[in-house]
Amino acid sequence: MGNYFHSVELNADKCCGCTNCLKRCPTEAIRVHGGKARILPERCIDCGECIRICPHHAKSAYSTKIEEIQNFKYTVAIPAPALFGQFNGLDNIDFVLTGLKKIGFDHVFEVSRAAELVSEATRRLIKEDKLKKPIISSACPSVVKLIKIRFPELCGNVLNLLAPIEVAAKIARREAMEATGLPSEDIGVFFITPCPAKVTEIHSPNYAEKSEVDGAIAISKIYPELAHAMDHLDEVEPIAQSGLLGIGWATSGGEAAAMLGDKYLAADGIENVIRVLEELEDEHIRDVDFIELNACSGGCVGGVLTVENPYVAQARIHNLRKYLPVSLNHIDGRSIDDMMWTEELTFDADIFRLDEDIIRAMEMMSRMEEIREGLPGLDCGSCGAPTCRAMAEDIVRGKAKETDCIHKLKAKIQSVYDQLKNTI
Amino acid sequence: MSNAIHLHYEVSGEDFTRAGEASGLVKKTLKKLGYNSDAIRRVAIAMYEAEINMVIHAEGGYCDVDIYPDRVEILLADKGPGIPDVEKAMQEGYSTAPDNVRTLGFGAGMGLPNIKKYTDDMRIETTLGVGTNVYLTVVVNA
Repeated sequence: MGNYFHSVELNADKCCGCTNCLKRCPTEAIRVHGGKARILPERCIDCGECIRICPHHAKSAYSTKIEEIQNFKYTVAIPAPALFGQFNGLDNIDFVLTGLKKIGFDHVFEVSRAAELVSEATRRLIKEDKLKKPIISSACPSVVKLIKIRFPELCGNVLNLLAPIEVAAKIARREAMEATGLPSEDIGVFFITPCPAKVTEIHSPNYAEKSEVDGAIAISKIYPELAHAMDHLDEVEPIAQSGLLGIGWATSGGEAAAMLGDKYLAADGIENVIRVLEELEDEHIRDVDFIELNACSGGCVGGVLTVENPYVAQARIHNLRKYLPVSLNHIDGRSIDDMMWTEELTFDADIFRLDEDIIRAMEMMSRMEEIREGLPGLDCGSCGAPTCRAMAEDIVRGKAKETDCIHKLKAKIQSVYDQLKNTI
Repeated sequence: MSNAIHLHYEVSGEDFTRAGEASGLVKKTLKKLGYNSDAIRRVAIAMYEAEINMVIHAEGGYCDVDIYPDRVEILLADKGPGIPDVEKAMQEGYSTAPDNVRTLGFGAGMGLPNIKKYTDDMRIETTLGVGTNVYLTVVVNA
């Protein structure tokens, strides 16, 4: 099994070993052993649900510190459009972009600009009939990772275009090199991120060997400093070059709407996403050309590293889009080759299957069933696994023992006690 | 064969909203086994269609699923009215589904033809007034 980088981290001092994250994790990637939660790295999709639910704030996301921008001679901030939904009363995104320059970046390039290019490239590919339908958006890295480990039949439906963040980073870097004459390594491109999944993605991308992004700074980390800077601007620079299609990517349905067609579906919230993928796999969803899926409720504005309520942010994004031109970024006749994935999305079969050998897997499954029937079926989580079924699976995989179940242990102690009582 | 995995599900005819649960559980089990993904897809679709039929036309029944390393065998048995004309029922577009399920997108007359399309073997035993047994086999393509 390979090395997995994850941005979701556990602070063992704060973890009290409760079952909140255990029960919430959509891929059953958490176990509690020795009174501390542990993430199974191969199963984690970095959706951040455990960070959201933990009442003790023991889960957090690693992200780049703003001081790190000092390691580069010239820096470009590439903010996610979700950032624009975080400020009360904002009617012009230039306030945010100028604010980013004031806190230390040399230049700013909106990811929403690249989103418009990705939308146009997708429309072109659909028109040329080059994609397997229905097309599944590749913008949310948690969704892509989920498909990679759980939905083998859908890997071929994932849009093989880079996410807007990567396209933005490429363009921003090229423009910065042209403007300054500096080599690539002196230019730092930093994403202002609403979620941990994007942090993970720039460290180990699903679609290419290396990301163009040098770091990802959490919106929640940069927010106080940025909000302060925005309140003390001398002048507001005219930087923004996004249309309403690009800004709309911040919320669920925005990317799908930018397809300018009517045969689309947009689902948000990881449980809803899983339901849609299951139905897609069983071919129950028909007559849909494009499927937008966001792991977070509300879309990227619902990311766990944002500060504002996603629905408030959604309303603000809606307002910001008013009176904007439809789109300000166009590919025109240019090639879209540099926007395509360089690696194919392949199914990672090892993650959930019991064994490579089907006969052995079937034996394990039979044993698992026997064990499960002997467990109380309460799904209490006290053993450290999220359900009795998961516990049975851990036992056959050799990662747990039956007496980890407190109910089993109690029965065993009782029988030992009874035996002793009879012998005395 | 001793190394088969046997699964049994009762399919309730009373609650239409639960139709499709058994095929969903079979799919989950096959994925855990690391079964061939094309075979999983075919089992899931064919069994789903047959399960829906059982709920729409026969007020439920039961499913027996036997998983072998190289194939999956499924029996869907009901005590419904039986199929008067199997040949006609197999025709695409022929349906006797009531209006209330048509509004949900069922009843397009593609159930049995789809089951046939996705399985390697399909056998129907039906007696009017007694019930219907549908036997399905999906073979793993090497």
